[in-house]
Amino acid sequence: MRSPNLRRFRILFSSILLICFILVFIDFKNLIPSKYFNILLSLQFIPSLLKFHDLGTLLSAGFIAVLLLTFISGRTYCSFLCPLGVGQDLNSRIGGKIRKKFRRYGFKRPHTIIRYTLLAATIVVSVVWGVYLLTLLDPYSIFGRFMSHFGEPVVLVINNFLAWVLHKFDVYTFDHITIRGFQLLTYIIPSIFLLLVGLLSLTKGRLYCNMICPVGTLLGLLSKISIFRIRFDESKCTKCGRCSVGCKSSCIDFLQYKVDVSRCVDCFNCVNICPDKALSYGPVRLKKKEHETDLEKRKFIAGSLLLMLGLPQILKGQDKTAPVPKKPSTVKENKTCPVCPPGGRSIEDFNTDCTACSLCISACPNDVLVPSLLQYGVAGMMQPVMDYHRSFCTYNCTKCTEVCPTYALHPLALEAKKLTQLGKVNFIKDNCIVKTEKTACGACSEACPTKAVYMIPYEGNLLIPEVKTDICIGCGHCEYACPTTPYKAIYVDGNAVHAAAKPPENKQSEIESPVEFPF
Amino acid sequence: MKESTFYRKKSYFAPLNLCLSYFFMKRRDFLKRSAGAGLAAGAALSLGGYEKLWPAKMNGLKYDLVAVMGGSPEAMFDLGIQELGGMGTFVQKGQKVLVKPNIGWDRTPEFAANTYPGLVARIIEHCFKAGAKEVYVFDHTCDNWLNCYKNSGIERAAKNAGAKTVPGNSENYYQQKEIPGAIRLKNVKVHELLLETDVFINVPVLKDHNSTRMTSCMKNMMGVVWDRGYWHSNNLNQCIADYALYEKKPALNVIDCFNVMVKHGPQGVSKEDVVQMKSQIITTDWVAGDAAAAKMLGVDIEKIEYIPLAHKMGLGNMKLETLNIQRIKM
Repeated sequence: MRSPNLRRFRILFSSILLICFILVFIDFKNLIPSKYFNILLSLQFIPSLLKFHDLGTLLSAGFIAVLLLTFISGRTYCSFLCPLGVGQDLNSRIGGKIRKKFRRYGFKRPHTIIRYTLLAATIVVSVVWGVYLLTLLDPYSIFGRFMSHFGEPVVLVINNFLAWVLHKFDVYTFDHITIRGFQLLTYIIPSIFLLLVGLLSLTKGRLYCNMICPVGTLLGLLSKISIFRIRFDESKCTKCGRCSVGCKSSCIDFLQYKVDVSRCVDCFNCVNICPDKALSYGPVRLKKKEHETDLEKRKFIAGSLLLMLGLPQILKGQDKTAPVPKKPSTVKENKTCPVCPPGGRSIEDFNTDCTACSLCISACPNDVLVPSLLQYGVAGMMQPVMDYHRSFCTYNCTKCTEVCPTYALHPLALEAKKLTQLGKVNFIKDNCIVKTEKTACGACSEACPTKAVYMIPYEGNLLIPEVKTDICIGCGHCEYACPTTPYKAIYVDGNAVHAAAKPPENKQSEIESPVEFPF
Repeated sequence: MKESTFYRKKSYFAPLNLCLSYFFMKRRDFLKRSAGAGLAAGAALSLGGYEKLWPAKMNGLKYDLVAVMGGSPEAMFDLGIQELGGMGTFVQKGQKVLVKPNIGWDRTPEFAANTYPGLVARIIEHCFKAGAKEVYVFDHTCDNWLNCYKNSGIERAAKNAGAKTVPGNSENYYQQKEIPGAIRLKNVKVHELLLETDVFINVPVLKDHNSTRMTSCMKNMMGVVWDRGYWHSNNLNQCIADYALYEKKPALNVIDCFNVMVKHGPQGVSKEDVVQMKSQIITTDWVAGDAAAAKMLGVDIEKIEYIPLAHKMGLGNMKLETLNIQRIKM
């Protein structure tokens, strides 16, 4: 195939895909139903792999489709389906516009050692410990973090500007949303990757995908046996070298009539560039090849495996957030365990399945999820954690469990979620307004959806909270509502393993409907 | 007032928000400038018109309080407002009206945690019939506001009746105001709609409350301010009474006592908390309204501390026996 429509089709398809991905991440008003999230995300390689690992059903095995696609057509995944890849293409294009030099890629040797080491390390760490390296390197999750950390604030600024303008004309279609961001340190990882991916793609095309991305390397390995690939017609080629200069993967060695298929992302740019029509995309012609073994490569892989296996035990971290004091409360909250989002089942389970794509963080209508720093330990960095000083988990909602592409958060029916205990409530009487100020408050009990926090008589006419942990679901509304600072008088301590809360019991009131006015 | 950090979390986008909020703050100025003196004059005139309504006696209303029992919320309002002289007594042609129901909780109407949506719609219809130019509905909710507006049924009912539902979820919609004479709540951030509309109609739902024992008229005002945490940590009952001092008072209070949450208030756990009382209280005196509501709920008025506090501050009359009350059974 030599049709210029190949490239046009890629650009059209990938633009639509990128727009869809951006939309699901910036949908702060929850206008898109979760099922569309699932359709879009079902073909993301790492998320669907993890979901399959969890569910074991063929329907969840989007990654098999990706592998098949790669076997047939080469690394089309990287150019058509990967949001980070498509984003990089866009960036390379911008780079080419800024400086012509940025688009003169030319053939380069592959970074064989780096890419296979990273792939091996990722696989080993994932099998032996958990998803920690995947969390860092999964292209979809990297894209997700870009969106939640940098994309969403931009969209909110635009939304707030629109809200402000329309507001003046008495139109309330858009509402102002306060942009709160996350803890500063959680910006480190996305920022490093933004710089790395951004600069590499701006100047060197797909170098990130061909050097660092483990998915790219894995699919590259598979595409070595793919059926469709870019072919040279040696008889037509005049060795003008335009293909090589225009190849963003720097994988065309026109002097030898060779295309390195392990790095070719099937962008079809070369097919269009070639003035002699010497390049085409089609089924491979079988040729006998000599078998070569790169001993050094093998040594390196073995060495790095040993290094990885010898890594010291990963440390557990502690939460250290303290708001500015107003009327200081004295007793420190004793949180022993972070609260992991509903559907996570247990922190251990959750930590081994989550790639920290932060889709749930973006999707949460109540803004209670934040990327963790050290709450789950170093290894669980960037995975979402509930922050009850920021917000609370709203009772009638299962959004995060609906959108999770890896099943780190398992889908929960609303009724089941209402009985899932994420943590248990603890009351510190010595911090409570009712005791310290001797005035009425009750903000916690008012907020409690199950009345696990209720009021009992205290001094005089006052009522003071009391807690009943077996019906507490750990939603954190009490902690959020409690007005004491710096320490709350009521807080939720996470359950390492989510438990089942008892349904709240309630008797019909004895008060009867009046027949006469009581006044 | 010292800014509470309760609802204002640390933000790394603070400078950005500051810039934006600067623009938002200036909305009133903007309105004045753009609409010119005509609007300002109109507002002043309407404010004068509204102040004549307060208190009721001075306006020559037939009753201080009208209580209706036995019909649907809509029918009871039709009858009750007629007894008070019709909505035209309170809303003049071309005025902007704020109808403030309780939309605090993400609960469906049968839980009676929020004002009955049909009643809100009927009040809006009456306002338009009286010639209102625009009717607005909002509440600063406790649960997620989008869910509250939607699941309470109030957003749809209000929109169908022609009103505008307005968000109350961002601090940018609130403006700092002083309350002279207040004991604890000397400064308060109130929603700009309260300041910009000509007539304010308070439409609370009567409910049990876990710490003040009852929520109705005055307690409903916690939904027009930004920082509720301050109220909770600075003598809640006194703050409720203090707020009643604030100059912009409701022209009318309509207390929805059709379905009444008699325990586990103000949010409720299940439908077992609800008793059908099929009643409604309409009054211009919110202290009297709260006193009557307390009787409906069967709670000693003295125990609901903000009622005697407000009575002593001269903000209304809780002595129901001294009032001219019209009781109607349908």
